[in-house]
Amino acid sequence: MNAATHAIEEVEIPISERGPAPRKVIVGYGFWLFLLSDIIVFSALFAAYAVLSGRTADGPTGVQLFHRRQVLVETGCLLASSFTCALMALAIEQRRRGLMVIGAIAMFALGAAFLGLELTELAGMIARGAGPDRSAFLSAFFALVGMHGLHVAIGLAWLVSMVAQVFTLGWREMVVDRLACFSLFWHALDIVWIGVFTIVYLGAR
Amino acid sequence: MGKLTWDAIPLHEPIPLVAAAVVLAVIAGLGVMVTAKGWWTALWRDWITTVDHKRIGVMYVMLALVMLVRGFVDALMMRSQLALAAGHGQGYLPPAHYDQIFSAHGTIMIFFVAMAFMVGLMNFAVPLQIGARDVAFPVLNSVSFWLTAAGVLLTNVSLVVGEFARTGWLAYPPLSELAYSPGVGVDYWLWSLQISGVGTLLSGINLTTTILKLRAPGMGYGRMPIFTWTALASNMLIVAAFPILTATLGMLLLDRYLGFHFFTNELGGNAMMYVNLIWAWGHPEVYILILPAFGIFSEVIATFSGKPLFGYRSMAAATLGISVVSFMVWLHHFFTMGAGADVNAFFGIATSIIAIPTGVKIFNWLFTMYGGTLRFEVPMLWAIGFILTFVIGGATGVMLALPPADFQLHNSLFLVAHFHNVIIGGVVFGAFAGYTYWFPKAFGFRLHDGLGRAVFWCWFVGFWLAFLPLYVLGLAGATRRMQHYPAETGWQPLMVIALVGALVILAGLVLTVVQLVVSVRARERLRDASGDPWDGRTLEWSTASPPPAWNFAALPMVSSLDAFWEAKRCHGGVVPSAPGEGGRTLHLPRPSALGFVVAFFAFVGGFALVWHVWWLALVGLGGCVAAGLARAWQVEHEFEVDPDVAGART
Repeated sequence: MNAATHAIEEVEIPISERGPAPRKVIVGYGFWLFLLSDIIVFSALFAAYAVLSGRTADGPTGVQLFHRRQVLVETGCLLASSFTCALMALAIEQRRRGLMVIGAIAMFALGAAFLGLELTELAGMIARGAGPDRSAFLSAFFALVGMHGLHVAIGLAWLVSMVAQVFTLGWREMVVDRLACFSLFWHALDIVWIGVFTIVYLGAR
Repeated sequence: MGKLTWDAIPLHEPIPLVAAAVVLAVIAGLGVMVTAKGWWTALWRDWITTVDHKRIGVMYVMLALVMLVRGFVDALMMRSQLALAAGHGQGYLPPAHYDQIFSAHGTIMIFFVAMAFMVGLMNFAVPLQIGARDVAFPVLNSVSFWLTAAGVLLTNVSLVVGEFARTGWLAYPPLSELAYSPGVGVDYWLWSLQISGVGTLLSGINLTTTILKLRAPGMGYGRMPIFTWTALASNMLIVAAFPILTATLGMLLLDRYLGFHFFTNELGGNAMMYVNLIWAWGHPEVYILILPAFGIFSEVIATFSGKPLFGYRSMAAATLGISVVSFMVWLHHFFTMGAGADVNAFFGIATSIIAIPTGVKIFNWLFTMYGGTLRFEVPMLWAIGFILTFVIGGATGVMLALPPADFQLHNSLFLVAHFHNVIIGGVVFGAFAGYTYWFPKAFGFRLHDGLGRAVFWCWFVGFWLAFLPLYVLGLAGATRRMQHYPAETGWQPLMVIALVGALVILAGLVLTVVQLVVSVRARERLRDASGDPWDGRTLEWSTASPPPAWNFAALPMVSSLDAFWEAKRCHGGVVPSAPGEGGRTLHLPRPSALGFVVAFFAFVGGFALVWHVWWLALVGLGGCVAAGLARAWQVEHEFEVDPDVAGART
């Protein structure tokens, strides 16, 4: 088929009438829908935080508790891990396993650093008597930040499983599709974190 | 074993024990029958591990019918209690038990009957209507179904091990907080809904992707059957609304398990936030249920009028319009809770606006019938009964949408009458219409006609007998969730009429079972060899009944709305195949035990969490993860089949 007839077909048949989409598109589409639903879970937690952020019940406030410098380092780790995630995607596109593993290791290290810093922060707050049972504000804070952290932890476990799949199953179509979904998941967590950083930490009063 | 001791079994309460004994006897009887007939292998291979959307749809509907019986027994107990409990008569249900019954009734009827029925019908019919071989993610579909079943099981276990929530079907805090509900009832409610809610969400993602990405060649949006349109709207609402439910229940769980203060009275908690969040899910939920029912009625009315649906485009637009506005009306569920006049006015107007697209639909159905060649088959009876009933339910809904009127009617039996008016008159009638309409497609024989008519008339008459008195009682001041009332109110005669209505519906329910048994026995006489028993219009009627596992040996080429009707008019009843289709082997998904295994461990985990048996909860979680990992390393997902060879054999 030459370019001219191809172009005519493109014009004549609207996308909606071309029949079933390829497997890759279907998998990606379904995963996008899942991510949207996941972001709605987060938006409910953001809404709860917005309602409860002033309800400190005479306990500590955000300004007293948050160490913005540490959170900035945390943010840097997570954003850098997304950069390595993108590098990993390039390696996957070229089917270069060694390069992919280097990307994955860097990503895991950065993600684990993020989680470690976050856990230190949360544990420190609980040790100071500023745990989630102290006030509604802290409940909403721990739920929102904890939910994001839980997602990061699941993401790291998923990453390990994906590397193992690449080594044992090779570059099968299903493995590559899953890697694409994983990459979408990781970037979505970044977007959520930008919201957390801005609204929770920078917005603390 | 955490909080679980032998005291959890209510040995002093005869009602749940007898109920449990009956249920266990039925299960044991079924087990004996399956063993005697040697059906275990077939049951495992063809049903439990199936990933065929048609069989999963059938299982959803069966689950819904069984749960309808359970939920209806609750209803009957409430109605008989209120017929007895006037003045000195205390009835036979103490308040603590009565409260569990109305909570279980609402939870079961909405989540496990209405939801399961509609999801089942969509699962069955949508891929056939759009000319697809299955849903986008067949194994995930099985996971969704079994998670729903796990939630159902957990709710029913609460009948004999512990207790169910006494908080109403939406468990408003602070009542549902640990301080006021220290028992396991609310925890059963929470974990049942979390587990089945995940199943529903996954099913919503699956069907949305299916409709948007798997339509047969040529089926643009302007050629999609109207039921598929309503299913699309409903599933998009599931994807948008169910995460809010998950998050809200999650917050209540954190309050109850880890001492958080989202909704408590102390330390800044805000119970009104729960009410807002739960209805931000709850109102769209109503449309998740009713929109597919509207779709079923549209198909039924067009088919049995022998005419294309009047105003197809306006119907699709009205469906999408309703689904958008459905997110802007949630506050009308609590006008009286202090939002202020301006906010109430906004939500009152937004709610009234919903009546406009709904009215468009009613007129579209009437104009479809106008001038048509009407056939009063059973699905059509349900559709006409629906129009009559639903218009009245809609009108009382607009009354409730006016904040000044709502201040009088809030929390009264008038409200109870209203929402049963739209849910029974809309969703249940729609479910029965769809059940009767698609039954011959699923099994290759029709349901018994005379018994079907009897079922309809029992429900129709019984509904009005049971709920018209409730409108009157509500206007007279009778409140919902009331277990007893003074004799001088003079309410007892109307309560007795309502009980009679419930008994008429009971006759309808019994006849439904009789109809199923009689039809299965008389299946040779009721056999439909054509695959098109109703002279249908859409693609599901163009394939055999029951359809082969692959639905269509060759994918159809669609060139108009009502593709099969067009084919019957212009191509001698044969839908043209898409280019490059036919005469080749197909790849079908293999059966998978993933759904069953994941749901088993989810049930174990949920039960363990209810009773604070932490090690067992870890077993549940670990089992789910292990099943998922085992699936990830499975490479053979498909098997080949040659439709010509296999088709000749079956």
